[in-house]
Amino acid sequence: METRRDVFQAIADPTRRAILLLLAAQAMTPNAIAEEFHTSRQAVSKHIQILAECEIVRQEQKGREIYYRVNATKMKEIDKWIEQFKSILETQFNQLDKVLLTLKKQKK
Amino acid sequence: MTNNLLFDFTVDKAAKTVFITREFDADQSLVWDAFTKAEILDQWNAPAPFTARTKYMNFEVGGKRFYAMVSPEGLERWIIQEYTSITPKTNFKLFNAFADDNETPQLPGSDWNYTFSEQNGITKVSISIYNESLERLEKMIELGFKEGYTVSLNQLENILSTLNK
Repeated sequence: METRRDVFQAIADPTRRAILLLLAAQAMTPNAIAEEFHTSRQAVSKHIQILAECEIVRQEQKGREIYYRVNATKMKEIDKWIEQFKSILETQFNQLDKVLLTLKKQKK
Repeated sequence: MTNNLLFDFTVDKAAKTVFITREFDADQSLVWDAFTKAEILDQWNAPAPFTARTKYMNFEVGGKRFYAMVSPEGLERWIIQEYTSITPKTNFKLFNAFADDNETPQLPGSDWNYTFSEQNGITKVSISIYNESLERLEKMIELGFKEGYTVSLNQLENILSTLNK
């Protein structure tokens, strides 16, 4: 399977969204996460792996245990992209306002 | 100009869809033309200081528009769009993808759905954009429109207000 680095992909799945909600509250070990779900440990581990590949969660070694936590920077990045996209469209539409005004004048 | 025209922008990250609603102070047929005729599209369809330049456009189902966003330095970024559905004056859909200068699309692209409606001389355009991947959205933004954007947006507002005085 190809590496997933798409954050939309990461959050498109309900289980992964649930994992993110859990991790938003606290850093957790893979086992602790798996215990919250009825699905197999393997399935949960696969979801965590996808989240990690998207860099939306990060691993942390504490003693013998690996903990996962939400990567807040990555989450903010998404919002920043979206905000920029909004601004691009806004610019274009304001330009269109001007064009429409000119076209209306020409018609008269 | 007091701009009371609606601009609504929401993102459903889980559905990978962006929803945009914008009103324009013009009748529906004029706004429709502005979105479907190359000569008008080229006047506004790239954010300043970029300009849009359409190489060809066949506005019909299965037809394509091949155009470039041109930077002030003259660098071209090509985009290919294919019209997948057209209901004259009210709705059209297209598949949008970045391309090389030989028209080869770089997948994944995105699906755009435009709906037009008019009330009291104000035309509302509702757009939904389904992105197969966020990387694409990221690329759209990386086209070079970074911080300079907000600045040019403000400049534009100034120009508009001068024009309307």
